[in-house]
Amino acid sequence: MEFISAFDVIGPNMIGPSSSHTAGAAAMALLARKLFGDKTPAKVSFTLYGSFAKTYKGHGTDKALLGGMLGFRPDDMRIRDSFRIAEEEGLDFRFIEDDETETPHSNTADILMIDEDGYTLSVRGVSVGGGKIKLTRFNNIDVDFTGEYSALIVRQNDRPGVAAHITSCLAEANVNIAFMNLFREDKGTTAYTVVESDEKIPADVLDKIRDQENIMEVKLVQV
Amino acid sequence: MDFKNGKELLALCHENDMRISDIMLRREITESEVSQEDVVSRMQVSLDIMKKAAVSSIEEPRKSMGGLIGGEAKKAYESACRICGPVLSDAIAYAMSVLEVNATMGLIVAAPTAGSSGVIPGVLMALSKHEHISDDELIKGLFNASAVGYLFMRNASVAGAEGGCQAEVGAASAMAASAITEMLGGTPDMCLNSASFAISNILGMVCDPIAGLVEAPCQSRNAIGVSNAFTSAQLSMAGIKHHVPFDEMVDCMMEVGRSLPRELRETALGGCACTPTGCDLSCKIFG
Repeated sequence: MEFISAFDVIGPNMIGPSSSHTAGAAAMALLARKLFGDKTPAKVSFTLYGSFAKTYKGHGTDKALLGGMLGFRPDDMRIRDSFRIAEEEGLDFRFIEDDETETPHSNTADILMIDEDGYTLSVRGVSVGGGKIKLTRFNNIDVDFTGEYSALIVRQNDRPGVAAHITSCLAEANVNIAFMNLFREDKGTTAYTVVESDEKIPADVLDKIRDQENIMEVKLVQV
Repeated sequence: MDFKNGKELLALCHENDMRISDIMLRREITESEVSQEDVVSRMQVSLDIMKKAAVSSIEEPRKSMGGLIGGEAKKAYESACRICGPVLSDAIAYAMSVLEVNATMGLIVAAPTAGSSGVIPGVLMALSKHEHISDDELIKGLFNASAVGYLFMRNASVAGAEGGCQAEVGAASAMAASAITEMLGGTPDMCLNSASFAISNILGMVCDPIAGLVEAPCQSRNAIGVSNAFTSAQLSMAGIKHHVPFDEMVDCMMEVGRSLPRELRETALGGCACTPTGCDLSCKIFG
């Protein structure tokens, strides 16, 4: 059983009103932003499903998602004013309500981020309760990623030896792997490796991993 | 120094001649490998957020996101009627203030949830004001409360969607009752005894938020949570024993939660939310 800390009971410290609809929303957008390269995109759209689509206004889910996208943590008072701040920063944002598409979890949002030079990333976030979240989709790939650990996300060609290359680079840097998952679009095309670790992953591992012909992109998210 | 239920917690208290808060603090230090100084200073941050939220809506009321609440804490605090006496009257107003802060997108500590976030601050701030309890003791109160809340999370649930309001305000008032009992000098056994009273007093309370929002009846339920905590602590401090041990009450709360229909577990499809007025309000808010 997972350890329940005193601060899981007396906590999280959060902007109200709802841990799932507000704190979770901010946390998923913040994680999406980290995956985008820890910068505010030029354009973002949020598609809201299930209970998010129906009740987002009363729970400030929209303000929280936008706040997370601006880099605000779930306990950041600026979430209340995130619409104004986003406009000041020139972030082009919109919200799409989709209360028809069925998603496996009620509190779900798709987040599509676009850069000035066209770089695009889409993720699906799910708020699973108590402010905890996970990402279940990364571009078109199904993943399962909580952001509670330091994580390395590698986009690669689906060829033999790539996973071995990644693990040997990590072993050299003395990184202890907590979880490692491989996801792919189709056999022989693009695959993603998600590696999670209890400790910080040193940034110089990234260059070593990149130094292989089948590696297309490496991203690092630190706790 | 870990424990899985109330019985083990009490055994640790007896063996080591320690209070519940001491055991919980030790557990936090050993299990999460963080220094005592860091753990305590982190709890001080939580306490500071609670203190601020307990008064900010009394000083500066705002309308909630859904518009169902706003200004009630100030009214309660300034009311000429003090029939509940100074401690409880103030605790009620403080608890309601926290719910207003929460509903206006302010900063709160979920304790154990956002919907029940007023109970513990309400109790602590009233004790601080009227019984002159120091921050150090209030922080111990928070560790005591978190031990009780942890057992609800581990062995039952604190989610309204799973257990109804008894799992949220019920758990919060059991946590608060135990903390009050320790802060007033009660033994560890008396603490869990007070928690048994608190949970049994509002066993079966449903979660039925109007328009699905954490506003009404959540705010006044936090006020009743505060009253429940003080009443339960008072009974326990008087030496009155609850017939059912704490661990059995935790299981019992979960059993009752499971037998509540879905309509009465945070779905806004029953209870207050489904009264003709509740439905009208929901239509006005969401169009």
